[in-house]
Amino acid sequence: MKKELVIIGGGPAGLAAAVAAYDSGVRDILILERDTSLGGILQQCIHNGFGLHRFGEELTGPEYAARYVKQVQERGIQSLCGTMVLSVSPDKTVTAMNKQMGIFTLEATAVILAMGCRERPRGALSIPGTRPAGIFTAGTAQRFVNMEGYLPGKEVVILGSGDIGLIMARRMTLEGAKVKAVCELMPYSGGLNRNIVQCLQDFDIPLHLSTTVSRIHGKERVTGVSIAGVDERLQVIPETETYIPCDTLLLSCGLLPENELTKSAGIPLDTITGGATVNQNRETALEGVFACGNVLHVHDLVDFVSEEAVLAGNAAAAYIQGNAPAKDTSLTVKAAGKVRYTVPQRIDSASQEVALFFRVGSVADNAVLTVKCGDKVLLTKKKRRMTPGEMESVRLSAKLLAEAEGELTVSVD
Amino acid sequence: MKPTVAVIGGGVVGSLIARELTKYHLKVVLIEAREDVATGATGANSAIVHGGFDPVPGTLKAKLNVKGAAMMPALAEDLGVSYKNNGSLVLAFSEKEMEHVRKLYDRGIENGVPGLSVLNAEELQALEPNISKEAVGALLCSSAGIVCPYSLAVAAAGNAADNGAELLLASPVTAIEKQDGKFLLTCGEHTVEADYVLNCAGVRSDEVARLIGDDSFSIKPRAGEYLLLDKSEGDTVSHTIFQTPNEMGKGILVTPTVHGNLLVGPTALNIEDKSDTSTTREGLAFVRSTAMRSVPNLNFRAVITSFTGVRSVPSCEDFIIRFSEKDAKFLHVAGIESPGLSSAPAIAPYVVQLLADAGLALEKNEQFDGKRKSYHWFSSLSMEEKNAVIRENPAFGRVVCRCETVTEGEIVDAIHRAPKATTLDGLKHRLRSGMGRCQGGFCTPLLVEILARELGISPMEVQKSTLGSNLLIEKTKEVAE
Repeated sequence: MKKELVIIGGGPAGLAAAVAAYDSGVRDILILERDTSLGGILQQCIHNGFGLHRFGEELTGPEYAARYVKQVQERGIQSLCGTMVLSVSPDKTVTAMNKQMGIFTLEATAVILAMGCRERPRGALSIPGTRPAGIFTAGTAQRFVNMEGYLPGKEVVILGSGDIGLIMARRMTLEGAKVKAVCELMPYSGGLNRNIVQCLQDFDIPLHLSTTVSRIHGKERVTGVSIAGVDERLQVIPETETYIPCDTLLLSCGLLPENELTKSAGIPLDTITGGATVNQNRETALEGVFACGNVLHVHDLVDFVSEEAVLAGNAAAAYIQGNAPAKDTSLTVKAAGKVRYTVPQRIDSASQEVALFFRVGSVADNAVLTVKCGDKVLLTKKKRRMTPGEMESVRLSAKLLAEAEGELTVSVD
Repeated sequence: MKPTVAVIGGGVVGSLIARELTKYHLKVVLIEAREDVATGATGANSAIVHGGFDPVPGTLKAKLNVKGAAMMPALAEDLGVSYKNNGSLVLAFSEKEMEHVRKLYDRGIENGVPGLSVLNAEELQALEPNISKEAVGALLCSSAGIVCPYSLAVAAAGNAADNGAELLLASPVTAIEKQDGKFLLTCGEHTVEADYVLNCAGVRSDEVARLIGDDSFSIKPRAGEYLLLDKSEGDTVSHTIFQTPNEMGKGILVTPTVHGNLLVGPTALNIEDKSDTSTTREGLAFVRSTAMRSVPNLNFRAVITSFTGVRSVPSCEDFIIRFSEKDAKFLHVAGIESPGLSSAPAIAPYVVQLLADAGLALEKNEQFDGKRKSYHWFSSLSMEEKNAVIRENPAFGRVVCRCETVTEGEIVDAIHRAPKATTLDGLKHRLRSGMGRCQGGFCTPLLVEILARELGISPMEVQKSTLGSNLLIEKTKEVAE
């Protein structure tokens, strides 16, 4: 079967990309979603705080998802749920499987990758100790509580202060569990400041920075964890080890873009973001294949995911219609100083303003952002504080881009 | 009436023996203490089929290893278990270690190991480009291989059951009496009457021996910690890479697994508690640093899990495979430490021969069918064949574990096929569900739902592994009655 546009993933990125592509004139669109309904991980995020930027009001996750699902339905955009994509080939053949159709292939003119991300599991953290029941990633616990209606534990320690961990600290508390501590390996939290206030401080849940879980105890079910301070090299300081009895350990230690399909298509990835390297339109190194949302780089807010998806959706439409902007320049964007990565990593058209998104690798107070081309400073910007937990951006005008060639360096010092 | 043989212990040794016994007209009962087979040393080891150059010539270890390794490919094929003849290398980092390598070569030749050769540095680099440039040479054993040990035990127990063996799970043997010439075994809620008893209880086989007053040997637990790396690292090396044993110990191995991951380990630490499978900070750090001597560019950022296996180290040097001095119908198959997995295929017929020599009448079971359908039969089908299966049973079209591409159809099959998977770990050991890079992050809630549905229990009763390892504590406020 031929399809003009195949979108892999029916979460916020895939939905917004579909709507944008449709509104740009593409009609032959198919969204493939592995879960039983559209909306992605938003469906289990029943807390509010979504949509402030996009809709100017606070919505819950399912409400935010519903708005996009409605837009997709109003446009009559096709989708297949319960459908797992098995591979994407370099010639844009998408192989997928579901209960109704079995295994089938789609020959796509353009593909948008919107598979989202997964959580870093316990194993990847190599936490010493036993392997009992009661260790969950925060997102798995969230699904059990919010979707399945079961509480996975009553006395909880959380490792990692990522946003899902903070949200789950509050959620478990509201469900009658006792959250005894949130431990964060780094000297700063990886989550949004508003979540630290609203989810921890408001509930008197202690946040221990520069602290990790040094050992897990319990044979069948978790009976407790040892926590310990860490030194500058993030190594456990054994003398500081203390024991906390608990029946559950939740992990919120980072999100990893799910790019197995991207790799199967032979598309190169950025080793820092874990997502594909893309141009300003979120086109990967494989022409006609675009990526957006958390599969590309992990975002703080779903609003920004939607925004990025519009870029990808519009660009996919232009590609399909044969009016993609001319690739009239070839700029690579390099991260330097405290900047860990940028998205996009390359700019190949100087006809429009480009927003560069980036994160710093450590806290920068009185930060000075500099964009340079060779020795030439194109732009500087000051900010009181930049933290790894909050994505930053800088806009480069078409005029500024026209002056640049070769390599752009983005640094924070 | 058919004579009854009770096999205590559902590890790879006990399971293969039980299967071997079903080739004859016998009543076979396989008794396992835990909720599933293959949960002890079988569930956590290096998964290596050793060539057999290491054991001292003339020992049971030497004889059974070489024989077992030769039997493994056909056995794995029959049981639908993954095996790969990838070959092994013992690295030498000095002329002194080269001497040891040559000694191992000579010993291997004496043991009858096929495919041995001594490589120089150049030949080694040509074979394995990611090996340390410090290595001066190696022993190549091209007959060595890798296998999935728990799949082997599960399939052997399942095939034994298919051929008429009775499987008693969650049935720890707590007492053995002798009445009118027959054994009476108390195991959990069951009492088993048997003419012969085989003690294959692994790390607890000395405790089982004590039940008939036999204290002729003891078993000490020795922990080995491992790191498992993502499939992205699976082709870092193609052979199993050993280090030459030196004053620092036996060294750390680096090996691909049959599933395409990379396995690194183990440590060797004598412990007190036989059920202590915890990992330690020091142990994992030792594994990392020591493994990098062999393969300097190992990518430990790709670790997906770490685990500890407990070896059964006997109070004597060799395997203990003999009748008890306390009872001539009670056979120990104990102290099966490395190369136990490699030897297991040969241990089974050896044990049956011992029983025959002791007077057990063996009448061939003509109905015996030694072949078993692999748990992964679906994934090995062509697209057309898969679609035919999905049309018949749509559950095969629903992917539940995304990392390892395991469908609902395969999960339901594993829950109902002997030995039945009744826990999350049981499913993992059969299908690899939850064993991939996300380690069950996405599929755990789905697996809990399917287990509860198929077993007719509440999701709150679903266990991770053993009794008491429930995942869910109570219903949330909204849905509480």
